[in-house]
Parts: sequence; structure tokens; C-alpha cells
Amino acid sequence: MSTPTRAPERGPGGGGIATGTKRRGDGLFRGTATGAGVLILLVLAAVAVFLVYEALPALSPDAEVDGGSLTAYVGPLLFGTVLAAVIALVVATPVSVGIGLFISHFAPRRAAQGLGYLVDLLAAVPSIVYGIWGIVVLSQWMVPVYAWLTDNLGFIPLFAGPASASGRTILTAGLVLAVMILPIITALARDIFLQTPRLHEEAALALGATRWEMIKYSVIPYGRSGVVSAAMLGLGRALGETMAVALVLSVSNVVTFNLISSTNPSTIAANIALNFPEATGIDTNVLIASGLALFVITFLVNFAARWIVARSGAKA
Amino acid sequence: MTTTTGKNPQPSREALQAIDQPLSKAALPRWAPWGVLVLSVVVALAVLLPGGTSAGAVAVLAALLHLVLTAAVSGAKEGSRKAKDRVVTALVTIAFLIAMVPLVSVVWTVVSRGAARFDAQFFTWSMQGVIGEGGGGLHAIWGTVVVTLLAALISVPIGLLTAVYLVEYGARSALARAITFLVDVMTGIPSIVAGLFVVALFALVVGPQMRIGLMGAIALSVLMIPTVVRSTEEMLKLVPNDLREAAYALGVPKWRTIVKVVLRTSVSGIATGVTLAVARVAGETAPLLLTLGLTVGTNFNPFEGRMATLPVFAYYQYTQPGVPAQAGVDRAWTAALVLIILVMALNLFARLISRLFAPKGSR
Repeated sequence: MSTPTRAPERGPGGGGIATGTKRRGDGLFRGTATGAGVLILLVLAAVAVFLVYEALPALSPDAEVDGGSLTAYVGPLLFGTVLAAVIALVVATPVSVGIGLFISHFAPRRAAQGLGYLVDLLAAVPSIVYGIWGIVVLSQWMVPVYAWLTDNLGFIPLFAGPASASGRTILTAGLVLAVMILPIITALARDIFLQTPRLHEEAALALGATRWEMIKYSVIPYGRSGVVSAAMLGLGRALGETMAVALVLSVSNVVTFNLISSTNPSTIAANIALNFPEATGIDTNVLIASGLALFVITFLVNFAARWIVARSGAKA
Repeated sequence: MTTTTGKNPQPSREALQAIDQPLSKAALPRWAPWGVLVLSVVVALAVLLPGGTSAGAVAVLAALLHLVLTAAVSGAKEGSRKAKDRVVTALVTIAFLIAMVPLVSVVWTVVSRGAARFDAQFFTWSMQGVIGEGGGGLHAIWGTVVVTLLAALISVPIGLLTAVYLVEYGARSALARAITFLVDVMTGIPSIVAGLFVVALFALVVGPQMRIGLMGAIALSVLMIPTVVRSTEEMLKLVPNDLREAAYALGVPKWRTIVKVVLRTSVSGIATGVTLAVARVAGETAPLLLTLGLTVGTNFNPFEGRMATLPVFAYYQYTQPGVPAQAGVDRAWTAALVLIILVMALNLFARLISRLFAPKGSR
């Protein structure tokens, strides 16, 4: 193979192409490409700047927000956002890792790729469809489950009830979110597991390990940091997911850990979607301020995820 | 080692016993997992049927029984290590089946409920002047097509050029590293924040309460550009350096090498990536809800007036169905069905491109 020399553009020792004739096309093309890259940086900066600017009126201490101060308004929303996302993550991560292992190491080699496509199809379903499905199907499925949970596990504060008769609770919303982030985590986990060095796996098998022992001692240690960052990327997606939650949840803006009652905290994104189309004046600014909070949180989560990936040697 | 006196050294009794073990241990027959599965389903049915039951309860109990029985049978016959292996195999298979439940359910629900209005009228009528039954989603279909195409028109050149910069020019410079990192972070921007950004931008530049198609397209571009950059970058990295060097050796300028050799070689991969990015944003609802609003009539002009799009149309038809409610709900389901068909078709198309035009020798 060739050595990893890049384009011989300013090659030492002279004789490179660029040192010969200067071509106008080259400069122009290079400029355009660089400009496009810089534009992306500018867009990201602009997102932050414009959001901050439009949020400013709501951030001033004398701004009137329904429910008192801005923190009293955004606080429950923030709580709901994190709660729903955490439910989604707790449900989706083990299942995703299982599916990732199934496709990479357990399924028949010939069928594995097709099964992978099936999971990818989950990512192709638009969020609005998940939302309506969540109301019509999943909520109905969950109603008897919630009744059972209250009857049998009611002593745990999470399931204290009284169980919602419509099934449209934060737990249902979290489950819908789990379905939505499942394909994301699965795809990343699968790729990482597939990258395990062949020699590690075969060495384990040659020593007489069963398939599970091989996975436990070679695949999982190799893929651990990748799975963590995949889960965090899923968390970022779950935090920002809007329509599914907006549709599924029946909202009452409270802070409660009771997952299955009919009073549920809303999430920032869902609150924006529900109220923005009709909002005017200071309400718009308040909603944009809450959006800014969401932006900052997801940015930090994604930042941390990418940082973990970068630190562990860019496997994902 | 120690006993080298005799001509024929006899191994000790312990060593003989150790050697005398069979090389293969007792194993369950191949049909054992299936047999256990059938047994657990039968038992689950027998336990739950008398009290009246649902398919979900039977499935959960059967899965648990399967795990327990597998562990017990295999543990008794094959030992604990093999039993653990079998239980894990069952667990990951169950994980996969769990993921299939929502997929099958979503597709089944949308197809069966959307079929009611999946007729010619839905594809030829808008909602102009329609109250109650009838009407269609033509305006929403056109709106989705126009806005998505416009978004692609904005983000493909920017994304493509950025990827070219990252691979061909940037090469480990600080700027390139910053762009790569921020593009990765940008992939995770919540779609609703992208919508808010565009609303804030237009509120400052043009004035508040502005709702035009272009705003939706820009919001979608913010979501689409990172996807395009990442997939194109991966494809450009796959182009062998030999091709570039061969072009340089022939005296071809760098920009022509990139356009005629590098991009030409990776065009199928780039097309796949772009199609997947389009598929991803075509189903976005939240940013369009904020930036486009909804109208009843067909509007082809993205620079003036509100536009209807399929996701927003489905959302409002479902949440504010009007009278009679069933007509609106039916329209919402059909809009969802059309949207799913559109997105899945784009996905299939992308896979087709990558399979048909994949470079030889790669997966």
C-alpha cells in the first residue's frame, strides 16, 4: 500500500504540483471547501447566539412568567425531561446491548445482516408515528400492567399509583422513547462488537471458552467504552425528542417520581411543541429560554459522549 | 521426569485417570432449545388460560419459563458453564424479539388504520374548503416534497464541500479537528432546538410571526448537514490514495482530481448517505411545527406563506380532528402511512444504491 502521504501539495524538496504553476481553480476550490467548513462552525455559534438573544427578555429578573419565576416554570419541565430520558435509557441500553451481541455473535452469519436491517427500520419510523402509536396502542397495553404494578408493587414509591386509566403516563412516554433510541444504540454497539480483534476471540475459543465466556472476556472489555458513549448518544436523543412525548403524555407540570399516575411532569421539548404555535410576546421568549436550557444539556451530554469515544481511541 | 529407571515408565494412576476422560462431554440434542421453548409455551398457556389472559402475559411467562428450564436442564446435563452459555443465548434472542414487537406493532397499526383513507381522493384533494369527511393530503405531500428538497439543496453542497475540506485539505489541522468534533456534537442537536433557532433568526431579521417554507428547509438543513458530512467523509476516506497520486502524476490539478477522481469514485456511497439523510429529515415534525405552521391549500412557493407538511398535517388532524372526529383521525393515520412508506422507500433506495454500485472488494 502507499504511504499515508497526503496530496503532494507543498512537498518538501520542491517539485510539488502547487509549487509549479499556480492554478486559479485550486485556490477557488480550496477556499470554497474551507468556507463550507467554517460555515458549519458559524451555524452552530449562531444557534447559540440567536437562542440566547431571544431568550434574554425572559431571563431578566422582572419578567413575568406564569407560575412565578422562570426557574419555577422550567424546573418541573427539566425534571420531566431528565426522568423520561433516564427511563428510556434504563430500558433501552440492556436490550440494545443484547441485540448488538445477537446480531454480531449469535445470529446465523447469513441472517445477521438482514436482522440488522430490521432493527434499523425502527429508526426509519417518524417520531409523529411513534407518538400516535404510543397513544393508541402502547398506552392501552400498559393499562393492565400499571394496574398490576399498583396492586403488587405499590409499596415502591415509583409505582404508588393510583394507576392512570388512560395509560398515558411518563413511563409510557419513556418506553416510547426507549423504542426510538434503541436502533441508535444498537447500531453503534453492534459496530463496536464487530470490531473486536479476531485473534482475541479465537484465542479465547481455543482455550476452551464457551461462546459466552469468549464474549465476556474478549468482546465486552473491548467494547465497554464504546457502549457507554453509544448510550450517552442515545440519552442525548431521548432528551431532545419532542413529538412522541408531546402526544403520549397527559401533562400537569408537577415534580413527582410516581411513574404511573395520571399527573405527570412534561418535558421541555414537548412543552415547546405544545405551546409555541399559540405563544406570543414574552411567552415566546420563555419557551425559547427553555429551549436554550435543553440545547445546553444535550450539548454537554453529546460532548461527554464524543469525549469518551475520542479518549478511547475513536472506535465508534 | 522423576522415574527414569525403567525401560517402560508407567504413568501414575492419577495421570491415567486424568487422561482417560472423554474428549467431548455430554451435550443436549440439537432440538433441545426448541423443545424447551415448546414446553414453556404450553405450560404458560396451561397456567394462564383458566384465568383468562392476554398474549403479552403468556409471552412474558413463557420467556421466563424458557430461561429457567434451560438453565435447569442444561445445568444438570452439561454443567454450569454450558448452562450459562445457553441462558445468555436465550437472553440475547429474547432482546431481539423484544425489539421486533414495537416494529411489527407500529407497521401493523399504521397499515390497518391508514388503509381506510388510502384512496384516490387522499392523493388528489387538499383540505381547501373541506369540513368533516373527505378531503386529502395532497397539499401536505407536496409541502413535504418541496421543503425536503429545498433542505437537501441547501445541505448537500455545504456538507459535501465540508467533507472535501476535512479529507482533502484539512488533514489534522486544528480547524479540521474542531469541525469534526462540532459536527459530531451537532448530530445530537434536538430537532426542536433547530426549529427554535430558525424562528429566533427570522424574528430578528424579518420580524416575529413569520412562517414560510424556507424556514422549515433551513431548520431541516441544520439537522441534515452533520449527517451528510459524516457519511461523505467516511466515503472519501475509502478512496485509495493511489488514485489521487496517479492523477497528480498525470499533471491534473488538485481540484480536478477531487471532482473527477475522488468524488467520482465515491459517488455511490455519497448518494447513499444523502438519501439516508433525506429520509431522516423527511419524518421530522417538531421543527416544521414551529416554522411552517399548517394551511389547508397547496402552496408550492417556499418563500411566501405557510405550508402544510405530512407530519404536521398528521399531528393536527389527530389532535384537532374536527367534526366528525373519525374523519380527521382517519386522515391522520393515512398521512402517517404515506409518510412511513415515503421514508422506508427512501431507506430501501439508499440500500439499493449502496448494494448495486458498491466498489468491488468492500462489504
